[in-house]
Amino acid sequence: METSFFDWHFARQILPELLYASLTTIGITLLAFALALVLGLLLAVMRRAPMQWLSWPATAVIEFIRSTPLLIQLYFLFYVMPEFGLTLSALTAGTLGLALHYACYTAEVYRAGLDAVPRGQWEAAKALSLNPLDAYRGIVLPQAIRPIIPALGNYLIAMFKDTPVLSAITVVELMLQAKNIGSQTFRYIEPITMAGLFFLVISIIVALFVRKLEARLRLP
Amino acid sequence: MTSPLIRFSGVSKRYGALTVLDQLDLDVAPNEKVAIIGPSGSGKSTLLRVLMMLEGINDGVIEYDGKPLTHMPINGALVPGSESYKREGRRNIGMVFQNFNLFPHMTALENVVEAPIKALGLSRVEANERATELLDMVGLSDKFQSYPSRLSGGQQQRVAIARALAMRPQVMLFDEVTSALDPELCGEVLNVIRRLGSEHNLTMLMVTHQMGFAREFADRVCFFSEGKIAEQGTPQEIFGAPQNERTQAFLSAVMDAV
Repeated sequence: METSFFDWHFARQILPELLYASLTTIGITLLAFALALVLGLLLAVMRRAPMQWLSWPATAVIEFIRSTPLLIQLYFLFYVMPEFGLTLSALTAGTLGLALHYACYTAEVYRAGLDAVPRGQWEAAKALSLNPLDAYRGIVLPQAIRPIIPALGNYLIAMFKDTPVLSAITVVELMLQAKNIGSQTFRYIEPITMAGLFFLVISIIVALFVRKLEARLRLP
Repeated sequence: MTSPLIRFSGVSKRYGALTVLDQLDLDVAPNEKVAIIGPSGSGKSTLLRVLMMLEGINDGVIEYDGKPLTHMPINGALVPGSESYKREGRRNIGMVFQNFNLFPHMTALENVVEAPIKALGLSRVEANERATELLDMVGLSDKFQSYPSRLSGGQQQRVAIARALAMRPQVMLFDEVTSALDPELCGEVLNVIRRLGSEHNLTMLMVTHQMGFAREFADRVCFFSEGKIAEQGTPQEIFGAPQNERTQAFLSAVMDAV
């Protein structure tokens, strides 16, 4: 055969480069998601606070970020912020941007989880003189988080699949690497297919992991 | 009369236009057992809830052992208590709820040790000792490691009683604690309360629909109607010869139902 549809030899050749870039993709996802989990919880708790000076800013941030595209937020962090004296590397701006963006979604998921905890649980915690921190940590959060694990898992996968957007601010993650290989060799089919397969495989693994976690944490 | 342990003075609680407690005055002596009866919506549960400070009050003040509970004195004036002030005040009071409100993600033992460790700063060993003793007392020696979902309603309610007692309160509030139970399970819970009454120096306020139990157990019965105490007296007075028309109507309706 003169020109095979998929060149396996070429695919093997570019595999190391793509795997290396995929590590960047995975690293960004894990770090950004960890940040989004913490930040989202903070926003959700703030939003529920009885004090308006806490709840109002949280609501404003959540609605603002959810209502604008991730791409614009990334451009802002990377291209606009330097004009205000905040210069971030592409990787930092990208990770932070993803984390912020998804924190606003996880905040809404947390909110649903927190709302689902019966009021009686709060009252029992109060009647036992637990302070709000202990009540959240020991009583309310463990109950709020269990049912929302699938939803959080969805956002983990969604965020993972959104990492290619970071290529727009020059982060060399998997997708940009695949595109670079294509433009250098004029063969797109192998790198792009491989990148796609990679996303597919990791997403499925994550989904299975989330399901396992959900089953493990289910109450007797 | 000895000085009251708990004193409600002119306490009002309103939800919008609805007045649930109306200028209520009530003194409870140390170690006294007070049963609170009355039609639904008369403010019985609210009385316990405002005493536990699960809800604020609109007027008046509640005192505990001569000191304001809901309010704190600042420069000679009484202002609504801060969260930490109220938390401190709740230390002396335990509450058992109609729907148990056990923590579903914790075993019976964990339910009982949680607050003594977190709020009183007991060591795990001390808290476990205390919890073991209390779970034994409520007859659940074999259920330490059971989750609430694996317990019957009566067992859950007994865990809830042990959980409240683990804070060593002076006062116990029982808010219709048998109303969510199947009739055959009420007895085991009431027996625990009986034992508490006879073996411990506890002041108790209980909202109840169990007239027989109120009659036998309480030192005093308060009949609530429209946010006020319409009539109060010894069980003999209230159940034997009620003076107030509404008490008479309520009691005859309740007795007919039995």
